[in-house]
Amino acid sequence: MKPKILLLTGLALAATLAAAAKPVQLLNVSYDPTRELYVEFNAAFAKYWKAKAGDDVTVKQSHGGSGKQARSVIDGLQADVVTLALAGDIDALHEMGKLIPKDWIQRLPQNSAPYTSTIVFVVRAGNPKGIKDWDDLVKPGVSVVTPNPKTSGGAMWNYLAAWEFARRKYGSEEKAREFVAQLYKNVAVLDSGARGSTTTFVQRGIGDVFISWENEAFLAQKEFGKEKFPIVAPSLSILAEPSVSIVDRVVRKKGTEAMAKAYLEFLYSDEGQEIAARNFYRPRNEAIAAKYSSRFVKMNLVTIDEAFGGWAKAKRVHFADGGTFDQIYVQ
Amino acid sequence: MAAIVSTLGERPSATRASQGRVIRNPLWVRIVFTTIALIFVSSFLLLPLAAVFVEAFRKGISVYFASFADPDALSAIKLTLTAAAIAVPANVIFGVAASWCIAKFEFRGKSILITLIDLPFAVSPVISGLIYVLLFGLQGWLGQYINAEQPWFPALQAWLIEQDFKIIFAVPGIVLATMFVTFPFVARELIPVMQAQGSDEEYAALTLGANGWQTFWYVTLPNIKWGLFYGVILCNARAMGEFGAVSVVSGHIRGETNTMPLHIEILYNEYNFVAAFAVSSLLALLALVTLVLKSFIEWRHSRA
Repeated sequence: MKPKILLLTGLALAATLAAAAKPVQLLNVSYDPTRELYVEFNAAFAKYWKAKAGDDVTVKQSHGGSGKQARSVIDGLQADVVTLALAGDIDALHEMGKLIPKDWIQRLPQNSAPYTSTIVFVVRAGNPKGIKDWDDLVKPGVSVVTPNPKTSGGAMWNYLAAWEFARRKYGSEEKAREFVAQLYKNVAVLDSGARGSTTTFVQRGIGDVFISWENEAFLAQKEFGKEKFPIVAPSLSILAEPSVSIVDRVVRKKGTEAMAKAYLEFLYSDEGQEIAARNFYRPRNEAIAAKYSSRFVKMNLVTIDEAFGGWAKAKRVHFADGGTFDQIYVQ
Repeated sequence: MAAIVSTLGERPSATRASQGRVIRNPLWVRIVFTTIALIFVSSFLLLPLAAVFVEAFRKGISVYFASFADPDALSAIKLTLTAAAIAVPANVIFGVAASWCIAKFEFRGKSILITLIDLPFAVSPVISGLIYVLLFGLQGWLGQYINAEQPWFPALQAWLIEQDFKIIFAVPGIVLATMFVTFPFVARELIPVMQAQGSDEEYAALTLGANGWQTFWYVTLPNIKWGLFYGVILCNARAMGEFGAVSVVSGHIRGETNTMPLHIEILYNEYNFVAAFAVSSLLALLALVTLVLKSFIEWRHSRA
């Protein structure tokens, strides 16, 4: 008799426990510089979701070069949401794996990019090489650090910003190509991801100038001091729109669709925008952007759509096998 | 047995002869060579090792130990130990079986088997990892089968979908990759030992009426135990330290699929240098323990 009662109470206890706390897990596969952003954001979202739906949610993070991360998701990494460096990498989830629909970018406002960033230069204390604009990067004797556009999203933005600057200044695609080729001749180390490049420049002390995400540059300043790593804003740069999406096939299988959607929508909320701004991303929300206007200087920014006809085209022309990057880098 | 006696007998005399040659060298030669060796050892081995511990304790002991209290660090340590705990015994079983076959029997394709065992030494760890992505990835063989419209065995496909096995970007993939890169260690240690011993003792045991299992347990195993220990230690060191192959199949999910070496890289990239070096020091410590064990075994072996 006794063991039976024990068993029943045990079962009842297990049942109530299961009903009370429904721990759920999301996996956010992201790129390198967003580690700190999503640590803070995930904690805020867990609180928000607990209040809204009553479930305890833990969001796991995975970081690496944007292209590499997309590849992992295509190969089966069970990401509920991807928050990558550029739309092109998320497009790959559709093209290579049919994991998301073709029109994913229209599912959320502003090209599914809840925050933006841009490309700036980080130089050594006192700017000894006198770097002010893209022109200074192709001068002989200037050593440049940037990641590899083949594996890093940030590096593609760097490349395209330099290209657009030269095309406007010198007036032709051919001249732009020469300019960018010259620039990559000055590259000392080509790391696979943005964070790797930051470490190369900041920790290992290699290079005179580091072409970097603005947010990554601010983070390096926060860690090591403003004077040590001054930021230089070039005359022209590119509006980087790191985009986000749910991974339809994964969330459907795991039954996490509603939560994954709420997670991304929360990025657009006031709280989400504040967290983005605090972590050095330019918020989309005008009011919050105004609050942080002293941090984010006004810059002349072009978008990829107007300068390069969208990511698909930019990727095909510049970064596909045999594209302009391959051509200039072997020369 | 005769073979061992002769090799053991030869070794001391060979050492004596080489010592004799060194002693006959002029003093300055000895000083120069010893200094070069010492400088080399201290600058390439001791200095970096010391740097790891100095950096780890830079902000004091409490910060050092706090690095291990982090749940992500604990999970990384646990995963590393789990992977090693599965990979090492598996490789022991395989290594003993393979070296037994190779050393005690003649069969066709033996040299191919030896070459295959060495394969993980020869290929880059990145390739070792990619093999599993190609096999078990969503776009790989298994993935293609699961997604196939008209599969060969529909029942098997349905079963696989229902089970929803996670191999890569999960613990099994990490264990597989670890096993692959540590594959040769035990076998490579045992094959020469077993070959040197020959099969005479086993034949003797069999003629005296022992069965196969008894022969193995009472005759073969005691003869190879030091070689086996040595192989296990090397295998374990590599299993805990493997970075490349594991990095490819890990997916880098924090607190879930990061091993200690991967966790160290993440901490370093997060500007969290103290924690990175603290975890490094633990890994280095495990390696040092391994080396001490190895020296101890060599010492015991030389006396045995």
